[in-house]
Amino acid sequence: MFKIEPIKQERKAQKRKTNVAAFLGIPYYVILSVLIVIPVILIVFYSVTEKVNNLYYRFTFDYFVMFFKEPIFLKTLWNSIFLAIITTFVTLAVGYPLAYVIARRTPKVQALLILLVTAPMWINMLIRVLAWKQIFDMIDTNLLGTDLAIVVGMVYVYLPFMVLPIYTVISKIDPLLYEASADLGANNVKTFLKVTLPLSVGGILSGVTMVLLPAATTIVIPKILGNGKYLIGSLIEDRFLKAGNWGYGSAIAIILSLIIMLMVFITKRADKNKEVEKFEDY
Amino acid sequence: MNKDIKKNDSNHLDNPEQTTLIKLINVTKAFGDQVVLKGIDLEIFENEFVTLLGPSGCGKTTTLRIIGGFEIPSGGKVLLNERDILEIPAHKRPFNTVFQRYALFPHLDVYENVAFGLRIKKDKTDKRSKAEKEAEIDQKVMKYLNMVGLVGFERRSVNKLSGGQQQRVAIARALINEPRVLLLDEPLAALDLKLRQEMQYELKEIQRNAGITFIYVTHDQEEALTMSDKIVVMNEGEIQQVGNPEDIYNEPINTFVAKFIGESNIIEGIMKDDYLVSWDDKDYECVDYGFKRNEIIDIVLRPEDLDIVERGKGLIDGVVDSVVFKGVHYEIDVVAKERIYTIHTTDYQPEGKEVSITFEKEDIHVMEKW
Amino acid sequence: MKTIKHISRYTFIGLVLLFCYIPIASLIIFSFNESRSLTRFTSFSLKWYLELFRSQEIINAVVVTFVVAILATIISTIIGTFASIAIAKHKRKLRNTLLSANNIPIVNPEIVTAIGLLLLFQSIQLQRGLFTMLLAHIAFCVPYVILSVYPKVRSLDPSLQEAAQDLGATPLQALRHAILPQIKVAVFAAAAISFTMSFDDFVISYFTAGSTTNISIYLYTLKRGVNPTINALSTIMILIITAVVIANFIRTNKQVKGD
Repeated sequence: MFKIEPIKQERKAQKRKTNVAAFLGIPYYVILSVLIVIPVILIVFYSVTEKVNNLYYRFTFDYFVMFFKEPIFLKTLWNSIFLAIITTFVTLAVGYPLAYVIARRTPKVQALLILLVTAPMWINMLIRVLAWKQIFDMIDTNLLGTDLAIVVGMVYVYLPFMVLPIYTVISKIDPLLYEASADLGANNVKTFLKVTLPLSVGGILSGVTMVLLPAATTIVIPKILGNGKYLIGSLIEDRFLKAGNWGYGSAIAIILSLIIMLMVFITKRADKNKEVEKFEDY
Repeated sequence: MNKDIKKNDSNHLDNPEQTTLIKLINVTKAFGDQVVLKGIDLEIFENEFVTLLGPSGCGKTTTLRIIGGFEIPSGGKVLLNERDILEIPAHKRPFNTVFQRYALFPHLDVYENVAFGLRIKKDKTDKRSKAEKEAEIDQKVMKYLNMVGLVGFERRSVNKLSGGQQQRVAIARALINEPRVLLLDEPLAALDLKLRQEMQYELKEIQRNAGITFIYVTHDQEEALTMSDKIVVMNEGEIQQVGNPEDIYNEPINTFVAKFIGESNIIEGIMKDDYLVSWDDKDYECVDYGFKRNEIIDIVLRPEDLDIVERGKGLIDGVVDSVVFKGVHYEIDVVAKERIYTIHTTDYQPEGKEVSITFEKEDIHVMEKW
Repeated sequence: MKTIKHISRYTFIGLVLLFCYIPIASLIIFSFNESRSLTRFTSFSLKWYLELFRSQEIINAVVVTFVVAILATIISTIIGTFASIAIAKHKRKLRNTLLSANNIPIVNPEIVTAIGLLLLFQSIQLQRGLFTMLLAHIAFCVPYVILSVYPKVRSLDPSLQEAAQDLGATPLQALRHAILPQIKVAVFAAAAISFTMSFDDFVISYFTAGSTTNISIYLYTLKRGVNPTINALSTIMILIITAVVIANFIRTNKQVKGD
């Protein structure tokens, strides 16, 4: 009979513990549901419904169909992805060697160099893009509006995002591994190919993810450096703010998101083998 | 200081027929202002287990790294079979290293770690078919995994292995390349005592069976005594003594070596004449000679060489001051008139007892003053 | 042979750094230009800085940017920190669901988050302005706060809170005295991240601010021809940021030396 009492008390104490915790989380749960989850639901909703006579909503795939039918929109999508891929390649081609060279310096020099490379990130992106506009104006005004200008602008803005993760990964490689590799007969080139490169793949994938996605969806750079050239981001902006056509804009956004999710998925698959432990940490 | 009197230079004592494999001639090394090696002369023979022994900072690891090619000496020569190898980079020298922290490649499993050196070599001009080469690699990997007792571990991730297992992978990875010399940098330091002792035995076996020269670095004198054919005692960038374990232990050349290896009672005394030494106003017969008349010298008495007997029946009288049980023996301090003697004995003696210390003349080791 | 390697390496780094800083240098230089031109430098003048302080538009934008950033930072940091503590206490399934949901604004392209919020505000007939901009900033800052603080909370010794309560503290006191001090560093880092993200934000503000303008929106919507006033504004911002970055660098170096 008297065994019931202690259990009750324990349960009460447990409840008190979790109560405080749950209490703390309430503001966040509100924000999560209202400001984060619901908007996503709304996008999906608007992309597949059409207001009829201002009265009710009708389910439709029209917007999606419209998008795929109009060649100009598909071209815009293709352009955006194409330019984003080029940007990613360039930032990788410049960023990887940069990260590698920096990682091999003494710690003090490393810190300084990384600071110098990433400091511009803290400056407002618009300011930096406008600066490039001014420079292009100085060199040759006709450069503005070209794909080159857009790519240069994107590389400029996104380079630190590629350098940082690669640098972090390479600098964490145990220096003793380089000695071990040399000890086992590998020269510098072989050591790079067989030790450094495989161990830095995680950083490369991180960097690619952090560059490819924003580059594909930016609206600032094409407007300022591309003379208002239309990329997919601008398209969405236009449909939403100028044409007030939410349905259409939402549909485009969904298409974009799906493509991006696909790219992220492919990236994660490639990374899966090495990063399993990391995920468990979280 | 130790160069003029070449006592105990057993470089050629035991086996005059042994071929010299590696020679270090007056090797010096400085890091900026700090001089780490002050002039190392050393000969290492084929099939020898050589241990570089000394406290932290004595230069033993630096010496090893110079041989391996990971450090370039500030001066002096390093010869392999009479050929200067200083110009040859590390990855081209016929040596392999077992690192203290193992340095296993985290992105490769056990099999690929061990096969790494072979795969590197594989890329050179070899006209055999891919399958043939792969089969040879497989055969070798399994042979060496078997040698270190890790068959079945091929596909394991190296990050999940225990310290001892990682150590053995490191050893297999190095040995599979069949180097002339294996360099080992305190490889057992991170293992617990029992495992360390097992591995010491295994390493010695491998060295004997493989017929490779081992150059082993450690600060643990017991380890050195257990495994080595030749011990090189170093301190502050200089070689103090070179010899086989018995010589180093029984005939330490100076106080440093005497203190570093084994326990000792070190006493300052006078060499009155050949075979006659004196301390604390008493003369003793001994077996050392060749010193100047009445030269001031150091005497070493090993605690395990001393015995405790009844008052009056020994050479030095005293009173038992402390008794500590050490498992293998008791460590007993006996206070005599001039000093305290430390004795290792299996017989228990109560504190305060009046006793006498005795020893044989062979137990007195005379060394020049350091 | 080694020196050739050395030279080429440093040349490479030098070129990249040049690429990074020439635009910034050009900005700063032309902010002191006498003429209106952004392509040809005539003579030294501070007049654009005066223009800057006379421009009501710009001053408004700056004030808005700061107000929103400060408010958003404070609110997001508090909510996010509490949320991290709350999430850590949940069972694994719920925890992972929450964390995945939390990732949505981080993983989504900014423009998608932006239009989502726009649709939300429009649907509930909320007039777009300062308030909606603030809400939007909180919405994208909180996930980053959690991203920064949660791992730290996770890594805490679980017996800490028990120890505190064992010594007589109520759960609330345990929170204040045992947990919060431990995660202080992560919380400050989160606040710094939030502030920067809010201060620099463009896309989300653009869609949710209605007619309210912050610095980024002002720069984007500049119709009347660009003039060096922008350079002046930029230069001031760059100077402030540089000062902060250097101060932080010195501080972290001092800490390392202190160890």
